[in-house]
Amino acid sequence: MEDLGRHLLDHYQRGFPLSPRPYAEVAQHLGVTEEDVIGALETLSREGAIARLGAVVRPGAMGAGTLAAMAVPDERIDEVTALVNGYHEVNHNYEREHRLNLWFVVIAADRARLDAVLADIKQCTGLDVIDLPMEKEYHLDLGFALKWT
Amino acid sequence: MNATPLDAMDRRIVVATQGGLELVSRPYAAVARHVGIPEAEVIKRLKRMLADGVIRRIGAVPNHYALGYRANAMTVWDVADERIEALGTKVGALDFVSHCYHRPRHLPEWPYNLFAMVHGRDRPVVERHIDALTRLLGMDALGHQVLYSTRILKKTGLRLVA
Repeated sequence: MEDLGRHLLDHYQRGFPLSPRPYAEVAQHLGVTEEDVIGALETLSREGAIARLGAVVRPGAMGAGTLAAMAVPDERIDEVTALVNGYHEVNHNYEREHRLNLWFVVIAADRARLDAVLADIKQCTGLDVIDLPMEKEYHLDLGFALKWT
Repeated sequence: MNATPLDAMDRRIVVATQGGLELVSRPYAAVARHVGIPEAEVIKRLKRMLADGVIRRIGAVPNHYALGYRANAMTVWDVADERIEALGTKVGALDFVSHCYHRPRHLPEWPYNLFAMVHGRDRPVVERHIDALTRLLGMDALGHQVLYSTRILKKTGLRLVA
C-alpha cells in the first residue's frame, strides 16, 4: 500500500471535510494534489482496503435494528444465507463457529418492519430467529486504530 | 443529546451516502443531484447531523479483513445486570475492542448479555486479547463464549428505503 493510502486510513476515518471540494482540502493539508488523494482512495477501494468513504450512522438513529442469530443445519447454510442476504434490511451477515452459526444485523425503518422481516425469515426457513436488539452501546465507533507492523 | 429529529430529506441524504461518497471533485454536489436539493443544503444538513451525533463520523470505513485483521471473534459474557454498566464501560474502552454492547439474554440457550468484538491479525493475537478480557472481568463473568467468524456472508452500508 502506498504511503498516502496508509496516511488516509490512519487520519481520515473521521473528520473528512464537509466542504464543496473535500478531496482538494485533504490534499492541501497533506501537500499533495486533489488527483493524488482521489487516486489513492480509488486504489484503497479497488484493493478492498476500505469498504467505502462515507458517513457512519449512530445505531438506532435511522430506525430500528437488531442482531439476529440462527442455528442453521450445515446442508442448508447456502440456501438460508441467500434468503437472508436478499433482504435489503440485512447489512451484515457472518457465519460463526457455534451451534448458532448465522449472525446478521437487521436495520429497518421502524420496529414493525423489523418484526416483519424476522417473522418472514422464520416462516420461509422454518427455523427460529433469535432477536438480540442493542440495549446499550459501550464503545462509540469513531474509527479503529490500525496497527501496521 | 438533543438531536433534531430527522426529516425525510435527512434520511434520503444519509441513504444516498451509504454506498460511499463518489470519488469526484465535488462529491456532495453528486449527492445533491441525487436527492434534488442544492449542494450547500446537503453540506449544511450533514454538518447538523454530525453535530447532533446522528452521524458518528464521516471518513474512510476500513475493511479490517482486507487490511490483514483476519481473525474476528465475537466474545459474549454473562455478567450480573447490576454490574453491566461498569463492566461494559471498561471493556468498551479497550483498544482491541471494536464494538461493545449490552444485549438481552435469550434463556435458556443464550445467557450472555455483554458482547465485545475483538479483531486481530491472527487467532493467537485474538486469544491474548481474550485472556486480557477474562482477567479484566474476573469473577464478574459467570460464563463466556468466543464465536470466531468463519465467513463474511454480507457487508454493506446501511440501506433503507427512504
